[in-house]
Amino acid sequence: FQVGLLVSVKRFFLFLFEIRVKPDKSGVVTDGVKHSMNPFCEIAVEEAVKLKEKKLIKEVVAVSCGPQQAQETIRTALAMGADRGIHVQVAGKDYENLGPLQVSKIMAALAKKEEAQLVILGKQAIDDDCNQTGQMTAALLDWPQGTFASEVSFEGDKLKVVREIDGGLETITINTPAVVTADLRLNTPRYATLPNIMKAKKKKIAIMKPEDLGVDITSRVEVLRVDEPPQREAGVKVETVQDLVGKLKDSGLV
Amino acid sequence: MDALNLEGQLTEEEIMIRDSFRDYCQEKLMPRILMANRHEHFHREIVSEMGELGVLGPTIKGYGCAGTSYVAYGLIAREVERVDSGYRSVMSVQSSLVMHPINAYGTDAQKEKYLPRLARGEILGCFGLTEPNHGSDPSGMETKAKYNPSSGTFTISGAKTWITNSPVADVAVVWAKCEDGRVRGFILERGMKGFSTPKIEGKFSLRASATGMILMDEVEVPQENLLPNVSGLAGPFGCLNNARYGIAWGALGAAEFCFHAARQYTLDRIQFGVPLARNQLMQKKMADMLTEITIGLQSCLSLGRLIDEKKAAPEMISMLKRNSCGKALDVARQARDMLGGNGIADEYHIIRHVMNLEAVNTYEGTHDIHALILGRAITGLQSFTVQK
Repeated sequence: FQVGLLVSVKRFFLFLFEIRVKPDKSGVVTDGVKHSMNPFCEIAVEEAVKLKEKKLIKEVVAVSCGPQQAQETIRTALAMGADRGIHVQVAGKDYENLGPLQVSKIMAALAKKEEAQLVILGKQAIDDDCNQTGQMTAALLDWPQGTFASEVSFEGDKLKVVREIDGGLETITINTPAVVTADLRLNTPRYATLPNIMKAKKKKIAIMKPEDLGVDITSRVEVLRVDEPPQREAGVKVETVQDLVGKLKDSGLV
Repeated sequence: MDALNLEGQLTEEEIMIRDSFRDYCQEKLMPRILMANRHEHFHREIVSEMGELGVLGPTIKGYGCAGTSYVAYGLIAREVERVDSGYRSVMSVQSSLVMHPINAYGTDAQKEKYLPRLARGEILGCFGLTEPNHGSDPSGMETKAKYNPSSGTFTISGAKTWITNSPVADVAVVWAKCEDGRVRGFILERGMKGFSTPKIEGKFSLRASATGMILMDEVEVPQENLLPNVSGLAGPFGCLNNARYGIAWGALGAAEFCFHAARQYTLDRIQFGVPLARNQLMQKKMADMLTEITIGLQSCLSLGRLIDEKKAAPEMISMLKRNSCGKALDVARQARDMLGGNGIADEYHIIRHVMNLEAVNTYEGTHDIHALILGRAITGLQSFTVQK
């Protein structure tokens, strides 16, 4: 079963980092902060590479949209086993305004251009937590989607996806070509081995611009302000249950 | 805390190697070390895990090895030793003291036979040079190798001690004096008659790695197991220099852990109404620690680049092994002190580094011996022996 696969990767802060809001409240401070691949994207890459190792996939192409540093993220995907990369250059203000709608348009255009039959993404990015790109990509391509995947397998030429939903696990079968988004328990991403990191140097990363794909990346969303969550304030101790009920009533909570 | 921007002087590949391996060390090695050290248990599995990651013998080209730069090797050593010097000793022995001599001095057949399996961590090796009566003066070694022309074998008898990995090693690169008075290297294998490796008990250092002796009672070694391409002490010293370079980086990894741990502790611990870190004595100690660690890392980076350009001399390696180990031991001791009573509890890890660094400062050439190596290079006069 020879299938080509696109996996989308995004970079953000190493998830342990303390986040600070910029003084002008236009966003968070990104300078000098260590970045790495979004954890859900790592899981997506791992799944893609595993499918290739099972010989169900012919080729894994890692895609990232962003400034020059996006190539580091693509290289990490190459070191994990992706075959080649595509860097869609978006920098400066355009990058700050780049959201799921724009990325999904790019992914859809690339999926058609590369004749991919499977597009895998992380379920959401840990900076904006939008959880939209995968779904929008599927809609733009008019492809079926298996989101929040905790298990993916081929059944003939269909895809069986076990999804994590509020009620538990839901199993669906969808036709290919399809879009899948990776949830936490889909797999445990491998550590890139030394030999693979060195091989990654020789793998190709094609560079292009959104215009080359005929995609308009103007944003329909404007960020007005970014605030830190309110400081946690001290609680109040009450003497009796009656006092507690009284206070709840006074604040209109009951 | 990258005070002199070491990061900006690394290549993208070196950063990726460092990052990937750092994740493994913190996620997979750090959780094991507390109990491994407390109960003196060697996790043999880590050798196979490191083999899978391709970090064993990383500078060797071919034979399933990564063929990466010496700077990358140093970065790898630093990340392992940030967790534990015992783990890093296991890695150094396998890479620099077993794989390196086979690669540098062995035949193609020996390389094919041993290197891929050593690289994967399928087999574990050890290095037999030090003897009970000959530590700093290996030239006086008493282990003898006698050639038997009729059987085409060597008979080797003697005892080696303080051998990392030996109790569980599958192969041993042993250095013995031949009948012509020259020291040569031999590959011995577990199972050879007369070869035994008792464990050394009661160690208060490098407890997470297994250390023992190599006892050889007329062991018959086929001549194919002789390492033919070197004779004399240049053989073992070549290996030691390779390992010492890794140790120079590694010791600073241990120092970095201690510095960060002490920093966090003094920020968290409140005495007399303020964090300990508010005090001048604490800040001075941290300033001294960060300075030594930062300068040490810069020197190691320079040395690594020189080795990669084939412009390095052994004395450079001696200088940095000595400096990194001595300074790291100081940093660890100071950090232990900053933690007060908690500093002697293994849960806080620093005391384990203090214990470990005593051995690291001593093995692969004591602090004083490296001073003599430098002294000889500086003055042209040797001061190892009382004779001229």
